[in-house]
Amino acid sequence: MVVLPMNFKSIFSLTIAAFVSLLTGCNEGNKLSLSERSIIYCSEGSPETFNPQLSTSGTTSDATAKQLYNSLIVYKGKNNILAPSLAKSWHVTRDGKKITFYLRQDVSFHQTSYFTPTRLLNADDVLFSFNRILDKEHAFHHVSGNQYPFFQSVKFSELVDKIEKINDFTVRFILKRNDSSFLANLATDFAVILSEEYGQILQDKNSGHEIDIFPIGTGPFKLKDYRVGSLIRFYRHEAYWQEKAKIEQLVYDISPRETSRLTKLLAKECDVSSYPIAHAKIAERSDLKLESITSLNVGYFGFNTQKEPFNNKIVRQAISLAINKQALIETVYQGQAAWAKSILPKTSWAYDKNTPELGYDPVRAKSLLEVAGYPQGFTMDIWAMPVQRPYNPNAVTMAKLIQADLKKIGVTVKIVSYEWSTFLRRLSQGEHQSFLLGWTADHPDPDNFFTPILSCSASKLGNNRTFWCNKEYDQLLENALKTTNMNKRKSYYAKAMAIINEEMPLLAIAHSKRFQARGIDVEGDILSNFGGISFYNAAKKAINNEVKNVVQPEIADKASN
Amino acid sequence: MLTFTLRRLSLFIFTMLVLTLLSFSLSFLFPGDTVINHSGQINATATELAHLNQVYQMDKSIFNQYGAYLTHILNGDFGQSMASQSPISNEIIKLLPATIELSLVALLIAMLVGIPLGFIAAIKHNKTSDNVILSLAMLGYSIPVFWLGLLAILVFSIGLGWLPSAGQISLLFEIEFVTGIQFFDILLSDSPYKWQAFRDASAHMILPACVIALAPATIFIRLSRASMIEVLAASYIRAARAKGLSFQQIIFRHAIRNALIQIIRHVGLQFANLVTIAMVTEVIFSWPGIGRWLIDSIYQRDYTAIQSGLLVLSCFIFIVHILTDFIYAALNPLARGNNHGS
Repeated sequence: MVVLPMNFKSIFSLTIAAFVSLLTGCNEGNKLSLSERSIIYCSEGSPETFNPQLSTSGTTSDATAKQLYNSLIVYKGKNNILAPSLAKSWHVTRDGKKITFYLRQDVSFHQTSYFTPTRLLNADDVLFSFNRILDKEHAFHHVSGNQYPFFQSVKFSELVDKIEKINDFTVRFILKRNDSSFLANLATDFAVILSEEYGQILQDKNSGHEIDIFPIGTGPFKLKDYRVGSLIRFYRHEAYWQEKAKIEQLVYDISPRETSRLTKLLAKECDVSSYPIAHAKIAERSDLKLESITSLNVGYFGFNTQKEPFNNKIVRQAISLAINKQALIETVYQGQAAWAKSILPKTSWAYDKNTPELGYDPVRAKSLLEVAGYPQGFTMDIWAMPVQRPYNPNAVTMAKLIQADLKKIGVTVKIVSYEWSTFLRRLSQGEHQSFLLGWTADHPDPDNFFTPILSCSASKLGNNRTFWCNKEYDQLLENALKTTNMNKRKSYYAKAMAIINEEMPLLAIAHSKRFQARGIDVEGDILSNFGGISFYNAAKKAINNEVKNVVQPEIADKASN
Repeated sequence: MLTFTLRRLSLFIFTMLVLTLLSFSLSFLFPGDTVINHSGQINATATELAHLNQVYQMDKSIFNQYGAYLTHILNGDFGQSMASQSPISNEIIKLLPATIELSLVALLIAMLVGIPLGFIAAIKHNKTSDNVILSLAMLGYSIPVFWLGLLAILVFSIGLGWLPSAGQISLLFEIEFVTGIQFFDILLSDSPYKWQAFRDASAHMILPACVIALAPATIFIRLSRASMIEVLAASYIRAARAKGLSFQQIIFRHAIRNALIQIIRHVGLQFANLVTIAMVTEVIFSWPGIGRWLIDSIYQRDYTAIQSGLLVLSCFIFIVHILTDFIYAALNPLARGNNHGS
């Protein structure tokens, strides 16, 4: 018996024909347009939360801060000048203790499947957002673990006395003392404004924790969908208070493996990729672009100025002179870092290009050692950090290179390394002679480099591992914080850097760069030299111009239903 | 036919019993507490633990424990994944269709390519084309799938840029989960981009499906070649030729149909082989199927997921075997007399 159909052949050819017609289908135009109006970003990890107040991790602020939220004020332009955002203007009293913000009156929150706002942004939202951090009695203070790492690190609650609502669109911060980095802190990715109305609704529903899982903000994008470890989907916020974002859909394709990010980038499955590998391969492709930005960080080689022989300034200078910085940058950072003159990177507005530098001069180093009384050299230890950090991708290799450099001037080096937390604890107890470490700034205010790394107060706390305490330097920092005149501040910081390079408590080595790769059809700035990335200005270049007049269903219409 | 069905059913039930016994014993063999391995609740409080011990009858004899375990399985309760703490049955329902879809498409490709090539080789028996096809089949069969998958990505995704390298569909398209079979879901969805999504999903399917199809296709080549040679040597073909039928008439009306029946039997067997290959391929192509999930669970020491995943997969493959047996019996009346399952 034969059951197979008689016209087996014709059915077969029909199926093939149907399949081919589907593949080459007639919707060519629409396909281009959907991908033209969307961007896929291959990100390196899942965010811990959707509220940047709660985390200082770069991955989290990349995914949330500038996409979902706005701050009261922002940094703008090349020189990182403070500019209005949700606050259209602000006023600081003469003593610097009262700061009044005048809010915009046309800012709407996201409308999503889980929340529909009934009012625009007002002073209550600002109070809600900051009181959540400051007020221990606040209904949301203890939600999601009660950790506000950035605000704790800048001692925000010790600085702010209270926040007053003057009227619906005016808010006043009253500080306990004058601090010129206060505004800088408000302009970071972490000081975002949440919706008070949404908070109320969640509180009534007794599901307060959702405020950090299903975010509502005022930013250019709103959250559509999040699947842990897989993707984040954003839609454009159609009622954004500035011009709408240029793309309608933004998708974060979470790909923790570097090779899979590279494959997806090369296969055009993502438009933009974070932290790419194989820089040379990307650079040689004509359809891809590699970009980089010098981050606000510094990797340095520090000396314990309380211990022999580094309590002697001349020894510190001699060792610094003997180190070939260029070789370190080429080997350890593979050339992907900027030369550090002092602790402040070039991208900071307070950078001073006239800062004197010691340079590389082993002969002079040898003679300085003789002056200091060590003609035969000596034995020292270098503590190399055991982990990878952007400011120092491989401290042990760096220590070995320094070891070789110092051998030339007769100094013998032992390399010491402990597990990371032990390493830090022993460093703050001052058990070391010299160490390799670094610093990543929380905000672009230059004070964030000077005070935490080298001030006397930091050396008491153990954060300043050089234990260097210079009264003149501290006075300069204090003066710089008291004035709001940018030029004066700049000159104070220039003097401070000159002191560092004279006294040499540490030798700044490099400022690392952050890399990103993208297809050439993606336009607009995404990286900024400070803080998280932003897709607000990103757009796709039109490749096919014919499709423009096709009536296209708006993605966002569906989202609001 | 009734005996045939009953035989198959009893075979199914007993095999399943042995399989559950194996997965039950895994809970004892894996490190950690047995009841936690059963349920996957690693963060259970003392009261929850007491409750679990009670429902899994841990205080009673091993037979009662097995009975309790079986009851849970039959109620569709496979416990929780230790890694994600969500019910395993939910995860399997979400992931298994993607694997079935991929395997079926791969099987289709393997059959469409392998069987005609095998027939051609048989018709040109001992000629150059026969030798070429046979050597190609040998070569294809020897290529390891993980290497082939990476090579395919390198050439077709990175080098030529024709086909995507990862996932089931571009992330731009939002397709509601209905059946889990992506193609059906796309057709059921009301997305304005339905046809683009369909095209995109097809493009994503091509590479992994072809990679999986290679090994089974080479087996089909050899099977169909052998079966065709056997049929062509049969006396009824000689009789047909003697009647004066043309070569095409002989091949298409008589030889192919009779040769195909022999091959259908092996399709089921090949399916198990194919699912194994698919598991490796899913990892390479980031295909969101059960194979990748199972391999991830092995990395994460997710014992509950491993034992339930194995149980479900083997059950699935066994069902496919029985189904092909039935199809074979429907097509070939001679097989119905076969009372013993094979």
